[in-house]
Amino acid sequence: MVSGDLRPSREGYIEGLLEAARIDSRVVVIDGDVGRSLGTQAFHERFPGRYFNLGIAEQNMACHAAGLSLEGFMPFYATYAVFAVGRALDQIRTSICNMGLAVRIGGAHGGSSVGPDGGTHQALEDIAQTRTLPGMTILVPADAAQTRQAVLASLSIPGPVYIRFGRNPVPQVYSLEQPVMSGMGNLLREGSDIVIVACGAMVAPALEAREVLSGKGVDAAVIDMVSVKPLDEKLLLETTGSVAGVVTVEDHQVAGGLGGAVAEFLAVNRPLPMRILGVPNRFGESGTPGELMGLHGLSTGGIVSAGIDLARSLG
Amino acid sequence: MNMAETGGTIRSSGTLDEKCRKLRRMILLMIHEARSGHPGGSLSCVEILVLLYHGLMRHDPQNPGWADRDRFVLSKGHAAPALYAVLADCGYFPVEELSTLRQFGSRLQGHPHMQSLPGLDCSTGSLGHGLSIASGMALGLKLRGSSSRVYCLLGDGELQEGSVWEAIMSGPALALSNLTAVVDNNGVQLDGRTCDIIPVEPLVEKWKAFGWNVRRCPGHDVDAMGEALSGIKAGPSVLIADTVKGRGVSFMEGDCSWHGRAPDDGELADALAELGSW
Repeated sequence: MVSGDLRPSREGYIEGLLEAARIDSRVVVIDGDVGRSLGTQAFHERFPGRYFNLGIAEQNMACHAAGLSLEGFMPFYATYAVFAVGRALDQIRTSICNMGLAVRIGGAHGGSSVGPDGGTHQALEDIAQTRTLPGMTILVPADAAQTRQAVLASLSIPGPVYIRFGRNPVPQVYSLEQPVMSGMGNLLREGSDIVIVACGAMVAPALEAREVLSGKGVDAAVIDMVSVKPLDEKLLLETTGSVAGVVTVEDHQVAGGLGGAVAEFLAVNRPLPMRILGVPNRFGESGTPGELMGLHGLSTGGIVSAGIDLARSLG
Repeated sequence: MNMAETGGTIRSSGTLDEKCRKLRRMILLMIHEARSGHPGGSLSCVEILVLLYHGLMRHDPQNPGWADRDRFVLSKGHAAPALYAVLADCGYFPVEELSTLRQFGSRLQGHPHMQSLPGLDCSTGSLGHGLSIASGMALGLKLRGSSSRVYCLLGDGELQEGSVWEAIMSGPALALSNLTAVVDNNGVQLDGRTCDIIPVEPLVEKWKAFGWNVRRCPGHDVDAMGEALSGIKAGPSVLIADTVKGRGVSFMEGDCSWHGRAPDDGELADALAELGSW
């Protein structure tokens, strides 16, 4: 299923925007002086009357999106995730979520994917920041095809949606046609010993880890939890009935991310031993995405170690 | 009665003065009942709201969702009691409901919550958001080819929020001729006089430098404000309305301690006596 061809997920974001604008006249795009970086210039060229570059002013972007939404439009605003969410968090909370507005926030260059830019630019807290907001849907697609589908899925999701995607080219996990739905994860591999729950750039390594674990006698299921909020609780219950434990893995701080969401649900509904793989309470630094993920233990090897540790600790 | 639907101009009269006095009494009564709230900045913007809702804005209390209405964003959301009084007085909801301000289960939250109350075009409360939202609404109306206008009321202290200046910068770039901002320039914020904390003046020069049509006049003179805003067509406009915080109640006027506290029984009686009967 995983293709050797690498593509940046942001390409899927632009493809999704172009298609969304073609089929839905409500769609407008707000840019924050990153059109050349994200590729939203293609949208500007194709739909000039529906594209607004507000410059380097994320708070203004978020509230303009709120105003456009109040007038019946479906605005997509995007910039680097660390600013799209972090710089405008009060606006997202009070003027988007509090009014339940159908604003779509594109968090580009999510996680360690913006590697060489260093710790200031690596959005490792954005999922936690958005996850606490009532009514927010969070989609963290794994590749370009799924990012395109996440954009299209957002057209029919009520209320605000945060779509987080990466900068660097990543392996292709999905076919173009596989849809994304709010509250739906994808069971990519079945397994009877443990369940690995991943999102975004960690889905492909999770699939690789599953093969390595299989060779070591650990049968791991793999879930792509593209819908981090709402979680696919049904799928979690269906797949964890007889397993020894759950490993979560994400390119994000351990605190408040996918692992936290899964833990909050399982602790109440099906307490199971867990390993939560993510960035351990520190900032990033310059490096390639691969080097940084290695630093944080977010690699195929890291997932394998956690899986074996979990399986062994339970005998 | 639907005196504002035509968007016609109004002329001051004894009736109008009476209306403003009545609204001030309603504001004080509801804040007293709630035992909390913001009288100073509510009393300072009464004439501005009367100008908007009874003079400039096209709206219909019987049809709050009317697509062709003009929009209003109370960016200084803590002046909610003033807006609630005006909306109830217009007939958007029963005047009796004003006494539920800030109570559990009330449609009248401490800051405006549009989902619960008819007549609100936007929820506000975090300072520095409103002008950007109003600008986004104006952009949306322009895209739809609507002739509706968007009005946004800001406080002078609020102008200390940097995000306001992002919107002041983008408004002319987006050529939003359907956007009008009004600054309730009462000169006092929670901790003291704005000029003693972080001065926001010179306001006319600043807004002009950012490309806005700027007018300035006394903010308790409905006629003067109406005149100042008439005939402005090109580009976004702003009215700097010079007001007095706590206007109409002598012991509240210009006193920052009345930014956010409710009058007790005796203070209410004194204030109402000063405002006269209606």
